Amino acid sequence: MRSAAVITGIGVMAPNGLGTRDFWDATRVGRSGIGRVTRFDPTPYPTRLAGEVPGFTAADHLPSRLLPQTDHMTRMALVAADWALQDAGVDPGELPAFDMGVVTASAAGGFEFGQNELRKLWSRGSQHVSAYQSFAWFYAVNSGQISIRHGLKGPSGVVVSDQAGGLDALGQARRQIRNGTPLVISGAVDSAICPWGWVAQLAGGRLSEGEDPGTAYVPFDARAAGHVPGEGGAILVLEDAAAARARGVRGYGELTGYAATFDPRPGSGRESGLRRAVELALADAGAVPREIDVVFADGAALPEHDRAEAEALNTVFGTGRVPVTVPKTMTGRLYSGAAPLDVATALLAAAEGLVPPTVHTEPDPRFGLDLVTEQARTAEIRTALVLARGAGGFNSAAVLRVPAK
Amino acid sequence: MTVAGRRVALTGIGVLAPGGIGSKRFWDLLADGRTATRRITFFDPTPFRSQVAAQIDFDPAEHGLGPQDVRRMDRAAQLAVVAAREALEDSGIGVGSGPGSADPHRTGVTVGSAVGATMGLDQEYRVVSDGGTLELVDHTYAVPHLYGYLVPSSFAAEVAWAAGAEGPATVVSTGCTSGIDAVGHAAEVIREGSADVMVAGATDAPISPITMACFDAIKATTPRRDEPECASRPFDGTRNGFVLGEGSAFFVLEELDSARRRGAHVYAELAGYATRSNAYHMTGLRPDGAEMAEAIRSALGQARTAADRIDYVNAHGSGTKQNDRHETAAFKKSLGAHAYDVPVSSIKSMVGHSLGAIGSIEIAACALAMEHHVIPPTANLRTPDPECDLDYVPLTARERRTDTVLTVGSGFGGFQSAMVLARPDRDAE
Repeated sequence: MRSAAVITGIGVMAPNGLGTRDFWDATRVGRSGIGRVTRFDPTPYPTRLAGEVPGFTAADHLPSRLLPQTDHMTRMALVAADWALQDAGVDPGELPAFDMGVVTASAAGGFEFGQNELRKLWSRGSQHVSAYQSFAWFYAVNSGQISIRHGLKGPSGVVVSDQAGGLDALGQARRQIRNGTPLVISGAVDSAICPWGWVAQLAGGRLSEGEDPGTAYVPFDARAAGHVPGEGGAILVLEDAAAARARGVRGYGELTGYAATFDPRPGSGRESGLRRAVELALADAGAVPREIDVVFADGAALPEHDRAEAEALNTVFGTGRVPVTVPKTMTGRLYSGAAPLDVATALLAAAEGLVPPTVHTEPDPRFGLDLVTEQARTAEIRTALVLARGAGGFNSAAVLRVPAK
Repeated sequence: MTVAGRRVALTGIGVLAPGGIGSKRFWDLLADGRTATRRITFFDPTPFRSQVAAQIDFDPAEHGLGPQDVRRMDRAAQLAVVAAREALEDSGIGVGSGPGSADPHRTGVTVGSAVGATMGLDQEYRVVSDGGTLELVDHTYAVPHLYGYLVPSSFAAEVAWAAGAEGPATVVSTGCTSGIDAVGHAAEVIREGSADVMVAGATDAPISPITMACFDAIKATTPRRDEPECASRPFDGTRNGFVLGEGSAFFVLEELDSARRRGAHVYAELAGYATRSNAYHMTGLRPDGAEMAEAIRSALGQARTAADRIDYVNAHGSGTKQNDRHETAAFKKSLGAHAYDVPVSSIKSMVGHSLGAIGSIEIAACALAMEHHVIPPTANLRTPDPECDLDYVPLTARERRTDTVLTVGSGFGGFQSAMVLARPDRDAE
C-alpha cells in the first residue's frame, strides 16, 4: 500500500489576501486584488495592471539579518512556510531533521534582486555587486532558505516548468513522501514585479493591455486578450497520512492524483497534451470523471489556449458537465505560485462547500463550459481537479480528495 | 515509489565540455589528464578578481543549429539541445510512431540547470537598461525571446522538441547539485512508471560578468592568474577557489528490460540516488560532512550495494578548502575504511565547475570510466593537503576494473546529492 500524502497546513500570500483567512474571505465573495502597479511606475509600458500582495512588511515577520540577503519573493515564501507549519501544528524542531524536506517551484527566481545587482554591475562596476547575488536570485533559493530556517535535512528539490511548476513541485513532494519522508513543505511563491521582470514578461506576448481591472483578465470570454500578472502563491505542508493521523491530524485533503505531459511541437497541428494530463491524473487517483465535483482551470485567457482547455475538459467530462472556475481572475496569474494557491483554494472551497467565482468573465457559449461566474456556488466538494499549464507546452494536473464531513 | 522490478538503464551519452565536444573527445581529455581552463576570452576579465574559466569552443552552426535556433535559445539551451541529440543518437533509440520506436507519450525530459539563461539575461539587461543607466528599462529594445530567458523551463521545452518527447517535462534547479538531481528525478519517473524513456541531463553557461562578479564578491573563485591551465586544483594544498566552467551532458535513460529487449548498449544502471540538505547556510558547509554522508548511505542502500563494492568515487572536488575537507569527511563517514582504499578524483581540475551542469558531466565521466575501466585523474594535484588524506588519483589516469561508481555533488542552498552507477548484471547482495 502506497503512503497517502495529505495536506495538513496552508500558508497563503495572495494579491487579494495576506494569510488564509483574509484570502478566503475575499475569494468566497469574489473580491479582486488586481490594480495598477505600485512597485514601480508602469506608465512607459503597455501593461499597467498587476496583482500585488498588499500590506506585506517582511521586517514584521523575519529577522533583520535575512532581509539584505533575500528577494521579495523569498521573504514572502519564508513567511508563507511559517504560516503553513503553524497551521499544520508542526514544530520542526521536535521531529527528526532527515524526516522533513522541502520542494518548491520557481519561475523567475529572485528577479528583482538580480535586477538591482545587474544595475550595479553595469552602472558602477563589478566590485559593487552584492555578496548575496550568488544565491539570492537563483531558482533554488526558496527551498534552501526554508530548509535552513526550519532545519529540514531530508530530500529537497526545486522544479521550474513555468506556471505548471507549482503542481510539479507538489507531485515531487508526494514522491518524497512515498519514498519514506514523512513531512515535506511544498508549493511556490513567485514575483517579478520590477521593471526588468516586467519587460521580460511583456516579451512573452501573453499579457493583457487592458486598463480596467474589471475586464483585463477574462478567461473563456470572447474578449479574452491575455492575462494580468501577479505575485504570491501558497506554501503547503504535505504529510504521510499515517504520520499525520498518529498525531491526531486528518488534514484538509489528500493529493490522490498527479500527472504531467508536454505538448507536441508547435505547428504540428496535433492536440495539446492537456487532456492526457487530466486522464492520467484521474487514473492515478483511481477516479472516474463523474466523481470530479469542480475543476480549477488554468484559464490562460488567450483564445487558442482557452479553446484547447475547454475542448480537453469537454472531451473528458462531457460538454458543460462539470463546474469550472478560475479564481485567478481575482489575483492575476502568479506563475509557479498559481497552482499551489489553487490547490489551497480547492481545499478551502471543499471545507465550506462553496465554489468560488470566476469574476468579471462573461463566458463565451462556444466553449460549452459550466463556468461559475460572479457568484460563488454552493456545492458538496469531495473531489477537485486543478490544472496548470506553462508557456512552451507544459501541462500538469492534480486531483484532491477531501474526507466526508 | 518503485513499481516492482522497474530498473533504469543509461543507454546514451552526449557531452559538450570545455576541451571536449562529444563524449569521445571529452573522455580523451579526461584520460589524458589535460586541462581546459584558460584566461577568459568571452569578455575582458581585467576588472575581475578571478580571470580564469573553462570555456567551450562552440559554434552552434557546426552542430545543426540554425540562425533562428541561435536567436531563440540562450547558450545554455543550445548546449543542451546538441548534447541531447548526441545522447539520442548514441542510444540508437527513435522517438515516434515507427516500429521499435519509443512512444512520445511515454518519453519525458528532465533538464538540470542552476542559473538558467544567466548569460542571455546579463547581455539583454545591459541593452534594455542602456548600460545600467535606465531604472525603467526599455521594453522596445528587448529580444522577442526574453521570456524564455526569464523562465528557464524553456530549456526543457527545447530538449523535448528536439527529442519529440511528450511525456513529463521539467527543469530541476537545485544549484550545483542540479546535474545529479535532474538525472535522479528522471530515473524516479521511470521507476514509478510515469515514463519508459527519459532524456535527462543538465546544462549551464554561466561565464558572464554578473556570475564572475558574484563569485568574486564571496571569493569563491580562484584569483590565480599565472598558469591558468593549472588554476583548478581540487584537494591540492595550494588551491584557493574554483574555476568557473560551462557545458552540458545528456543521457537516454530507459527501463532496463525494454532496453535489453531492443538490444541497446547499457553503459550502467542508475542503481541508487539520494539528496539531503545541510539546513545550515546558503553557501557554507559544516566540516563534518554529515548530510552528504547521509545522502551517500541512502544512495548505497537504494542500490543495495555495500560501501566496499565502490570501485571509484567521483568527488564534487570544487577546489575550495571548505568543500575539499567537507567531502573528505563525508567519504570517511559513509564509506568507512574503504574511503582510504577507493580512488577518488575530481574532473573539475580539468573542465572547471559548470554549476548545475557539472553533475551530469560527471555522471558521463563515471559511465565512461566504467566503459573503459579507467579512472580519470585529479589534474594539478602536486602538493598534498594533510587534511585531505585519501587517494585522489593525482595527475595521471589509472587502469582499474570499474563496475560500481559513486558520484556526489554539493551546492549553494545546502543541497548534497549522491548517485550510484553499477553494472546491471552485478551480483545483488
